[in-house]
Amino acid sequence: MTTSPILSVRALEKRYGTFIGCTDVSFDLWPGEVLAIVGESGSGKTTLLNCISGRLDRSSGQVLYRMRDGRFPDLDDLSEAERRFLMRTDWGFVHQNPADGLRMRVSAGANVGERLMAVGERHYGEIRHTATEWLSRVEIAAERIDDQPVAFSGGMRQRLQIARNLVTRPRLIFMDEPTGGLDVSVQARVLDLLRSLVSELDLAVIIVTHDLAVARLLSQRMIVMKSGRVVESGLTDRVLDDPRHPYTQLLVASIPES
Amino acid sequence: MTFHQPTGSMPQSALLSASGVAKSFTMHLRGGIRLPVVEDVGFALHPGECLVLGGPSGVGKSSILRMVYGNYAIDGGQILVRNRRTGELDDLGGGDPRLILDLRRDSIGYVSQFLRAVPRVSALDIVAEPLISRGTDPDEARERATALLDRLHLPSALFGLPPATFSGGEKQRVNIARGFITDHPVLLLDEPTASLDAANRDVVIALIKEKLQAGTGVLGIFHDQPVRDAVVTRTIDVSSFSARKKIEAVTEPSSERHGSSQQTSASLQEEQFRGPQR
Amino acid sequence: MTLPSYNFAYLDEQTKRMIRRAILKAIAIPGYQVPFASREMPMPYGWGTGGVQVTAAILGPDDVLKVIDQGADDTTNAVSIRSFFAKTAGVATTTRMPDATIVQTRHRIPETPLKAGQIIVYQVPIPEPLRFLEPRETETRLMHGLEEYGLVHVKLYEDIAQHGHIATTYAYPVKVEDRYVMDPSPIPKFDNPKMHNSPALQLFGAGREKRIYALPPFTKVVSLDFEDHPFSVQRFDAPCALCNARGVYLDEVVTDDRGGRMFVCSDTDHCETRRAEGHSPEPAAHDVTETV
Repeated sequence: MTTSPILSVRALEKRYGTFIGCTDVSFDLWPGEVLAIVGESGSGKTTLLNCISGRLDRSSGQVLYRMRDGRFPDLDDLSEAERRFLMRTDWGFVHQNPADGLRMRVSAGANVGERLMAVGERHYGEIRHTATEWLSRVEIAAERIDDQPVAFSGGMRQRLQIARNLVTRPRLIFMDEPTGGLDVSVQARVLDLLRSLVSELDLAVIIVTHDLAVARLLSQRMIVMKSGRVVESGLTDRVLDDPRHPYTQLLVASIPES
Repeated sequence: MTFHQPTGSMPQSALLSASGVAKSFTMHLRGGIRLPVVEDVGFALHPGECLVLGGPSGVGKSSILRMVYGNYAIDGGQILVRNRRTGELDDLGGGDPRLILDLRRDSIGYVSQFLRAVPRVSALDIVAEPLISRGTDPDEARERATALLDRLHLPSALFGLPPATFSGGEKQRVNIARGFITDHPVLLLDEPTASLDAANRDVVIALIKEKLQAGTGVLGIFHDQPVRDAVVTRTIDVSSFSARKKIEAVTEPSSERHGSSQQTSASLQEEQFRGPQR
Repeated sequence: MTLPSYNFAYLDEQTKRMIRRAILKAIAIPGYQVPFASREMPMPYGWGTGGVQVTAAILGPDDVLKVIDQGADDTTNAVSIRSFFAKTAGVATTTRMPDATIVQTRHRIPETPLKAGQIIVYQVPIPEPLRFLEPRETETRLMHGLEEYGLVHVKLYEDIAQHGHIATTYAYPVKVEDRYVMDPSPIPKFDNPKMHNSPALQLFGAGREKRIYALPPFTKVVSLDFEDHPFSVQRFDAPCALCNARGVYLDEVVTDDRGGRMFVCSDTDHCETRRAEGHSPEPAAHDVTETV
């Protein structure tokens, strides 16, 4: 078990004028750990995710990240170039809508290969080989490699987005409702894929979801947010089996029995 | 949180020890009523021992197992688990998620009443998974999983299928195999034989005995009299910890099933009580 | 003949000064697209408004101007721009490479190598090489700033995936001095190597997009490629049907309505010069085919 966290968030706050996006959020994330951020729409979970991943400027607080060389800087202290380099190598971001994370008019192979080319891979054959491998890992047939995502189903697009993110062997993945837009049957497949890839690649993951079943399946720890604040956090099993905050109890009680 | 000293007589060898453990549920959706479950729970579990939690239904036996596994937070007291890697006793009751995950990985295993099925994962992989995640070679893990499922008479045609469509008994055997395949020093069993036929019940008895032989400490709930009699070394009457009787007269909550006349709020309350079984 | 109602070279002095400042900045940062306040010109966008403004800003009374369009001196665009400057600046014009001090071009670099002291002005429709995959200008600027050029290779990858080779044949992206990726304007990739280490100053003007960029003399210009699909220029397996030149860029000319055609130099000046020198076609040199 690694002793040092890969990410530390301290007293993070995002305000829009007087309106609170999220406030007083602190947590650590360790390598290989999946943290779920749950809460209803408008609870601030996506704001939090965007602030941590640098897609949104925070108002105050710290976000420290363990670089591959062991440094642990605040992301705000990195140059824009370093941050963007992190984002396309060491990090991944899986959007709810695959169209936000894919180039829809570029072939599946190039979608997967783009990150490789961005870090300087210049051998077409090798890029294609790696892309083919990743497509098969996300269960997309090799013969679809030259098709554009516009010709793919929703589930395939989401799996392609996952492959595109993982090809550079990132260490930290952000996911925003990764199965939110999918049919239930397709959801199960994507979830199962995520679950196995996360454990296989020892990824640290922050996943935003309003679906407690998704959180139960993927995460070890959980943060419950309401009105921009963390109202409860802990082991996922514990939060779901023995919810203590009124809001968490309401969330848990609202799951339909299946 | 009040701290209770571990009951003095606890030998150094104990794998698990609870002392002064109290648990209640505060039900905010029901106006914040507090439902005590147990209080002052204390026991120790030693290697090779099968400690049976006894007492009538609804007295808090399953709750104790869930507290010991970290699924329920406790209001007070200590739950010490011997960490297999360090040999130290760690306070699982403190609720530190990472400590609990660490203990679950190497030190404490749990066979629940129900298999939490993962979509699309085959029975064989579900059983092999705990080994693989601990670094065992996947082929070897699957071999051992196959052996265990064979022993539990699961038709081999089912090995490659996800258990979602299995019968209750088949699911339960997959669940048992998954729980028994590892060698956690502490094993928690929640009615492992509830939906099994006699032949498989005997297999489970044999499995438990082998575990005990190997020095595993088993803490379990067995409603199945013959099974209990076959494996028990010691019984604790959980009624002696029960905090519920004292207030039942006031609020009329019960962990037993309400009549159907009690609608939404009652079933909600019950879910709160039992924790959602998903 | 200069009409007194026009400024020298049409544009007023303040505008020319503004454009010169942009040009100087562009020369200082080779390959970097410098925004400039492009003016309305008396010609439609797409007809070389960017190139014309650059030429107007650098033109002096002693300059000799050559204008080509697809290599030819006698096409509409070339003729009209040439007469535009003859009229508004009264400068001498020529069709002969050795005599020109400024060459304004659309879609070609002449076959006769540029020499020191000459300036070539390219007309550019879309200056942004990343535009085809990234529509946001804010984002492409950032990508240039941070040297994030993976996207360019995505385009080349797509070419190979679809055609088995890099099928981009014009506006083929280059990297300038190991720093900026630049669109060389829609010249055939055949001409790309001519930009590398050229002794002439190369200026690029995009009127509609309001950008100027430049390659100072002797600038390193590398065409992007993959290790296993290296950059290569088009090759023609037959010489020019008129002047018998090899190793030049050829245009296909349809000669009748029965499928007759021939391949001739796209650079008319080069072709005429060679014919004047006595080069003539080989006996059976018609009906050749192009191979890429």
